[in-house]
Amino acid sequence: MRTFRVALIAFASLFLSACGYNTLQVQDEQVKSAWSEVVNQYQRRADLIPNLVNTVKGFAAQEQAVLVGVTEARAKATQVQVNADDPESLKQFQAAQGEVSSALSRLMVVVERYPELKSDQNFRDLQAQLEGTENRITVARNRYIQAVQDYNVTVRRFPTNLTAMLFGYKVKPNFTVENEAAIAKPPTVDFSTPAPAPQAAPEPAPAPAGN
Amino acid sequence: MITRLAAAARAAAALLLFAVPSLHAQELVAVPPLAAPVTDVAGILKPDQAAALDAKLRAFEQAKGSQVAVLVVPTTQPEDIEQYGIRVAEAWQLGRKGVDDGAILIVAVQDRRVRIEVGYGLEGALPDATANRIIDEDIVPRFRAGDYYGGISAGVDRMLRVLEGEPLPEPASRSPAHGVPGLFQLLPFLFVAVFVGSSVLRSMFGRVGGAFATGGIVGALTWLLVGVLLVSVATAVIAFLVALIGGFGGGGGPGRGGWYSRRHGGGWGHPGGFGGGIGRGGGFGGGWSGGGGGFGGGGASGSW
Repeated sequence: MRTFRVALIAFASLFLSACGYNTLQVQDEQVKSAWSEVVNQYQRRADLIPNLVNTVKGFAAQEQAVLVGVTEARAKATQVQVNADDPESLKQFQAAQGEVSSALSRLMVVVERYPELKSDQNFRDLQAQLEGTENRITVARNRYIQAVQDYNVTVRRFPTNLTAMLFGYKVKPNFTVENEAAIAKPPTVDFSTPAPAPQAAPEPAPAPAGN
Repeated sequence: MITRLAAAARAAAALLLFAVPSLHAQELVAVPPLAAPVTDVAGILKPDQAAALDAKLRAFEQAKGSQVAVLVVPTTQPEDIEQYGIRVAEAWQLGRKGVDDGAILIVAVQDRRVRIEVGYGLEGALPDATANRIIDEDIVPRFRAGDYYGGISAGVDRMLRVLEGEPLPEPASRSPAHGVPGLFQLLPFLFVAVFVGSSVLRSMFGRVGGAFATGGIVGALTWLLVGVLLVSVATAVIAFLVALIGGFGGGGGPGRGGWYSRRHGGGWGHPGGFGGGIGRGGGFGGGWSGGGGGFGGGGASGSW
């Protein structure tokens, strides 16, 4: 009886720790929370945009095209239903958010022509919030990438891959590197290049002007 | 054959492991170790200026519980100050765990960049817009005039003023260096240790003898850790009763005892982690360390 119990405990603890089942649980949960943070920060940016557009409109109503571009990109991005475990869905999400980023960077280029707008305190506050949020997005994305990497290594490494197979844990898709370069940069302000395409490698960002 | 297969699989796993970290080969500016609220790697602050800031920030932590630090580096290249800042924040972990009330003012002198990095818990009190205003209105004008200390001091003052108004949990009283709260963190381990230890001791000394031994050891340990006589006597009595009544009836065989003590030896290893939690009692001069606060990239940057 006693030996049976000891054997049972030994087996359970071996099974739970050595086969990486617990590690998988922890890392899967970490990936989930890291992803929530990513979505959260993109949402924060989306929430800032209407306010920003309205403020810019007050000073630069004639910049219709750029303002509409931002609003539309935002609308499209907020419509995307994303499933982070599906590579196609993740790619779509990335593309939509990339559109928002490039629309915003066009807007920031336009803003440079309106000194009054640039010195408006309300606009400066919004700009600071936008920059902060872009930075939060970068941080959240980096942490997500790290979390997925840790998880994927566990899923693929021997012997934990056997446990992963047994319980149906699959490798998760991650943010791709070229998009990383395009999206992760805060909107840069540059007079020489007119509205770069999303893929155009952004130059090492100078300080967002105005500070 | 099977052993060779296993060896091959292990080699493959090792390859997979080592292939990953080599991506970060670029040389980055190291994050200096945190020893005081003011860290001036670039050497732009005079000793008395650094000491004044240091005292101010320590006093603030005493009064409010939040940890605010100043870091001056020559440069953050090849990274942006934002990327460097989050690395510093992750390494230092300023602010209390769970409250996340830390903030860092980072100055990169040669890059002419300044940043306020704000912990999660302070994003409400010190939102990006406010951080930006502090940089724009208090720090940058003085930096432009070449007055580094003036800029840092004015920036820190305004940060502290803003944070002063934020309702945060009271700072933990640290008068007994090892307080009773430490015992509560230890309680689960203590319980397991009593449970397991008593069955081992019982097999050595018999039922009552083992219970006495358990009670004595637990009492002595508690006395050592907590230093309150009443508490240690109480725990000793509780341990005695648990050992007497509970446990795995009858004395266990020596094989089982050996196995348990080996497995739960790890349980007693935990006081290391617990010591780290308490050891944060910065503010009494000397060492200063973060309390485990989290940062998410909030804050603002500026140039001069």
